[in-house]
Amino acid sequence: MPSGGPAVLVDGLVKRFGEVEAVRGIELAVEPGEVFGFLGPNGAGKSTTINMLCTLLRPTAGSARVAGHDVVRERDDVRRNIGLVFQDPTLDGYLTGEQNLRFHAELYGVPRSVTRDRIRQVLEMVGLWERRRDRVEQYSGGMKRRLEIARGLLHSPRVLFLDEPTVGLDPQTRSSIWEYIRELKRAEEITIFMTTHYMDEAEYCGRIAIMDRGEIVALDTPEALKAGVGRDRVRIETADDRAAIAALGERLGLEAVMSEGAVAFAVAAGEEFVPRLFAELGVPIRSVSVSRPSLDDVFMSFTGKTIRDAEGSAKDWMRLAARGRG
Amino acid sequence: MGAGDAREAGDVGEVVRSAEPAGGPAGSGGPGVVRVAVPPRSVRHDLRAVRIVLHRELIRFWRDRLRMVLGLVQPVLWLVVMGTGLSNLMAAGSGSGGRVDLKTFIFPGVCAMSVMTTAMFSAGSIVWDREFGFLREMLVAPVSRAAIVAGKCFSGALVATVQGAVILALAGVAGVPYDPVLLLTLLGMMFLGAFALTAFGVMLAARITSMQAFFGIMQMTMMPMIFLSGALYPLGGLPAWLSVLTRLNPLTYAVDPLRQAVFARLDVPADVERTFNPGIGWGGWEVPVWLSLLLVLALGLALMGAAVLQFRRAG
Repeated sequence: MPSGGPAVLVDGLVKRFGEVEAVRGIELAVEPGEVFGFLGPNGAGKSTTINMLCTLLRPTAGSARVAGHDVVRERDDVRRNIGLVFQDPTLDGYLTGEQNLRFHAELYGVPRSVTRDRIRQVLEMVGLWERRRDRVEQYSGGMKRRLEIARGLLHSPRVLFLDEPTVGLDPQTRSSIWEYIRELKRAEEITIFMTTHYMDEAEYCGRIAIMDRGEIVALDTPEALKAGVGRDRVRIETADDRAAIAALGERLGLEAVMSEGAVAFAVAAGEEFVPRLFAELGVPIRSVSVSRPSLDDVFMSFTGKTIRDAEGSAKDWMRLAARGRG
Repeated sequence: MGAGDAREAGDVGEVVRSAEPAGGPAGSGGPGVVRVAVPPRSVRHDLRAVRIVLHRELIRFWRDRLRMVLGLVQPVLWLVVMGTGLSNLMAAGSGSGGRVDLKTFIFPGVCAMSVMTTAMFSAGSIVWDREFGFLREMLVAPVSRAAIVAGKCFSGALVATVQGAVILALAGVAGVPYDPVLLLTLLGMMFLGAFALTAFGVMLAARITSMQAFFGIMQMTMMPMIFLSGALYPLGGLPAWLSVLTRLNPLTYAVDPLRQAVFARLDVPADVERTFNPGIGWGGWEVPVWLSLLLVLALGLALMGAAVLQFRRAG
């Protein structure tokens, strides 16, 4: 099995559903051991891309290699070397947690001699060993997702694909899933390729790609992307917000808006800007806060909208894509 | 299942091994981490896949024991209520029927019906699996589609045969002797018929994604098939149009061997036998039992092959 070389290598990948071009020729290379985040609103083409990488969808054009194998010509080799956790659950609720894993082990041809130890190990890693004899239908949403992660790891894949692993979970469960993912990074030699549309989660990734309307519009570390935005966020509370907005526009040439009860605007080197603000605004200021750009701002700067705005239009996009597929 | 549980019970007291590599070198995976090397695909691997798909269906069937009991309702109604009621009618109408209980006649048909219904439900589990996402887990595995389809077909046949065995317990009610050889023969024949029907269902399920549509189509095909199969009336002396239809119906060839087997164990006069167990005639030539069974087997294999192709195309 070829080692060295990228864990995921994508070259000019295109997927068309009828008239709709869901993925429009993307390029991508993920190094072994990376935690790679794939960001974008629903319908941006993330799931379509992941499905092609997982051999579930045939690319219309271009090529992709996962764990050194071509996703079209060496489908079984790819499948042996990847673990999958889908957006929607794929567990059998009638079976116990352990039976679900045993099913997976047999289906993937995991050698019998190690099956039991390995099942125990992955169950312990996600904290479900004690509950292994319970039927999965009795598990909570978070437990199910953890079991799916354990199952995805069972056959020691070289690349683990997580498609929205925390969607629909409460914040506490989300953060515990992330703990397992980080734990996993320590315990196994594995590349993690994940999609998410939670910007805060993307911070945990080594590198992220932002996808919008079928194209990768940005690809770098979260820090570099945020630095690339170049403008900090400033929020001020004033005695007269309207006058403040007008003054910002006239005297400082900045476009400000009301946001959650404060005047908000973006400016380069925000902290150094604060003294000038006090000197020149001419409206009494009650409080100031300066924050570094978030990935939300990054997303905004690349796509011209917030990820939540994008969500709405993404639904139409998805509907189009689904119709094309029908 | 039982053996597996016993084996697992043994390791409860085992020392808990750490899942952490404890800072071990990344290259070796570290101590404590069980690395798995998944071997390339082989026939042995595919056979393991067939077995586990089958095992899962059995676990699910066992969990759903109520289904087995509910599966008895219809056959009991047919046998005890319809069988008894129509026996009266026959006794009043003509004398010749008096020697064979209608319940005995109808028994093989009732066996066939309930086995078919169970097989149909088993095949429907694929649609169910798709709805709950589990089908995806199977389809992304590095095993051949044939292994998954074969596992489904065999498990459907096996589960239906278990249901059939429950029906066979009613043999006494129908005046069929509890002869072990007869019962085993019947079970084998039921397995074959159920296999063919499950294969048909699995082939449908490859394309049909909604539960309602699947059972709608199944019901629509099952009813005419049962009515035209000789399960409920003898196939001798029928008008030509009906006679042709019954000979075209695959289920006919699954039901007739069952009845032949039952009548072989009964002591009835030749004229009664001719009326109630006329066999399947192809323009005067009587189709032997082995040919009927061969036809059912061939059909089952052909349908299974078609199902594999369907899943390959869909995947």
